Amino acid sequence: MKAIGIILAGGNSERLKNLCKVRAIAAMPMAGSYRAIDFALSNMSNSGITKVAVITQYNSRSLQDHLSSAKWWDLDRKEGGLYIFTPFLTSSNNFWFRGVADSIYQNISFLKRSHEQYVVIVSGDAIYKMDYNKIIDYHIQKGADVTIVSQNCEGTSRDVHDYGVMTCDENMKITSFEEKPIEAKSSNISLGIYVIKRSLLIKLLENAIPKGYYDFVKDIIRRNMGKITMYGYMFDEYWNTLNSVEAYMQTNMDFLKPEVRRMLVTEPFIDSKPSDDPPAKYNSGATVKNALIGTGTIIDGTVTNSVLFRKVFVGEGSSVNNSIIMKSSYIGKGCRIENAIIDKEVVVGDGKEVIGEPDNPIVIEKGVVL
Amino acid sequence: MRKKEMMAMLLAGGQGSRLGILTMDKAKPAVAFGGKYRIIDFPMSNCVNSGVDTVGVLTQYQPLTLNKHIGIGMPWDMDTKYGGVSVLPPRQTEGEKGSWYSGTANAIYQNIDYIDAQDPEYVLILSGDHIYKMDYAAMLAFHKKNNCDVTIAVLEVTLEEASRFGIMNADENDKIYEFEEKPAEPKSNLASMGIYIFTWKELRKALIADNALHADSDFGKHIIPAMLDQGKTLYAYRFKDYWKDVGTIESYWAANMELIRTLPEFNLYEDFWKIYTNSDNQPPQYTGPDASVRTCIISEGAQIYGTLEHSVISKNVVIEEGTYIKDSIIMEGCVIKKGSVLDRCIVDQNTVIGENVRIGEGDNIPNDRKPKIYNTGISVIGSNTVVPDNISIGKNCVVYGKTKPEDYADNQLASGQSVIIEEASL
Repeated sequence: MKAIGIILAGGNSERLKNLCKVRAIAAMPMAGSYRAIDFALSNMSNSGITKVAVITQYNSRSLQDHLSSAKWWDLDRKEGGLYIFTPFLTSSNNFWFRGVADSIYQNISFLKRSHEQYVVIVSGDAIYKMDYNKIIDYHIQKGADVTIVSQNCEGTSRDVHDYGVMTCDENMKITSFEEKPIEAKSSNISLGIYVIKRSLLIKLLENAIPKGYYDFVKDIIRRNMGKITMYGYMFDEYWNTLNSVEAYMQTNMDFLKPEVRRMLVTEPFIDSKPSDDPPAKYNSGATVKNALIGTGTIIDGTVTNSVLFRKVFVGEGSSVNNSIIMKSSYIGKGCRIENAIIDKEVVVGDGKEVIGEPDNPIVIEKGVVL
Repeated sequence: MRKKEMMAMLLAGGQGSRLGILTMDKAKPAVAFGGKYRIIDFPMSNCVNSGVDTVGVLTQYQPLTLNKHIGIGMPWDMDTKYGGVSVLPPRQTEGEKGSWYSGTANAIYQNIDYIDAQDPEYVLILSGDHIYKMDYAAMLAFHKKNNCDVTIAVLEVTLEEASRFGIMNADENDKIYEFEEKPAEPKSNLASMGIYIFTWKELRKALIADNALHADSDFGKHIIPAMLDQGKTLYAYRFKDYWKDVGTIESYWAANMELIRTLPEFNLYEDFWKIYTNSDNQPPQYTGPDASVRTCIISEGAQIYGTLEHSVISKNVVIEEGTYIKDSIIMEGCVIKKGSVLDRCIVDQNTVIGENVRIGEGDNIPNDRKPKIYNTGISVIGSNTVVPDNISIGKNCVVYGKTKPEDYADNQLASGQSVIIEEASL
């Protein structure tokens, strides 16, 4: 084993509005039968990384429930396995994680007690499939201190100003890194996936935290720019992060495309906590076109261009278009759902309409009865 | 070892030969059912839902699919430190002795040491042949209340049907005084379901005694009659819910089709008494822009681009464009290529049906090799099979193996014919 993994799952975003009131972003339901963190966890496991820490902070109940057994990702190990770190109180410490670097520093014994040479640090909020060994091999080959995975966003609709933007020289050595710049110097964004030597990470953290430098990007990466060698690794396959309602909607809808859906149906698979619901049921009145349907879902109505999670019910004469409906929500008879994100356990009564704008979906909070 | 009040022994070694090609490479309890389950999931889920957490699974015939499915018991939360699942194949003993399991009771006899090690008060005997939900804890309460030595679960059948079953003749309190195997003139309508609770020390004695008499010791034929003769207390426990034998191609097909109804008699969609299975990877199911799906159940990972009507589609199946599939069961991992038409067809797991294949056309002529097995018009395509492009297959046909165009005369297989290619390397 060359590396240990750290998945940062502490995040919450104002821009995910009510969807994140009840859960961390990493616990956001995704693509009909997953949660966001399944992608990072499965990537770790599929890359042969068997010692993985998930660092949580905000509203971690549903995340902890999801991770209550590590066996679904083959991380139930005698040696290593899955670690879940939440903020805790000690005699000298009574604060929450003050930043990402601080959250790792407060669990520095995890780093110190490991013997693997490298650490792969990723976010639990992003949706992609990646073999981290390729990054580690690249990191070794380049002789890098830090390798940061990057994607070129030229010609895409992605607004690079929302991300870390980096420039590299012709050898891919990183020459500048700016977080959410007002004017971007390039279209290469950081995907928040880092490979770093374990001993160096310990050293950098021990230098930074006592001085009050708690942030990872600002205080570990940017402050050391020029002092240590950093390389960019270009990743050109599918990647998206759940940093807004629109991004959440878009990422789910992306799985309706065959090239993105392939991620789910080809090996290595993305694993999740199973639920053993029965197969989806299409009754005689069902019309379904271009939709992902979770297990245990029963459809009597029309569903088009949508993602339905597990145990959803769509009643007779109802139509669901361009929408996401999460687990155990109930759509009665004769309803119209359009451009909507319906959270878990929502009840939409007979004949009700829930209609949003194509570029501004309406969000119905968990458990609401309409 | 923590003491177990009741443990279960599940007889999973049978071939189930009436299921034809479906049990060619796997035991009957490993046959897939309802789009994502295997038959063994029903008794196993009943066990875990009833609080029975120690189960010995007796395997003999083609156990590989079953072994893989059972694993360490994870599907049913039986991967526990105390108890859990033990797979028990026949074994060799000192002096090159030991033998195959020669009868239902003989199989238990050969595992007396395993049961003794669990030290149970009661042993529940199950088979892996039926689709039902049953609370074995309620049956145990009945057993204890009546101070039984044996409790036999029974189903009330019609008197006409009764001559196909083992029939319990019982008094007004359901205390059994006589057992008749397939009686020509049945005196009662209480049919044995092959589900027994024994007080272990009584069963242990009976097994040892009967082993000296019958080499093929069987519960129905030997153990139950012997215990009645000895004046032991046997009661019939009436079961009134859904119970389905899926032992023939037709009954297997019909039980699958019943699940598709808007309100099926056997409901898998309620949270209470859930049926658990092996869910390894589980992408959602996708239905494409030009697909048309009516009255079907479709499992996770399946990708549908064609037209489906009244069918059961299992995990990770791909149904390509221009297909028309009706009244059929397509099992895990199959690919049905463009333009194929399937009518009343069972396709076993990981099989590839080529382009423009037609299955289920023509007259209802029973299969010429096995007319008793294939005679209701259903054609069965075996597991890991390949049917090449442009082949037309009739009714009651059987295809198994990686077939090539030259295996079919004029690209056709007439009703009642078979193509079975067994791997030479096996």
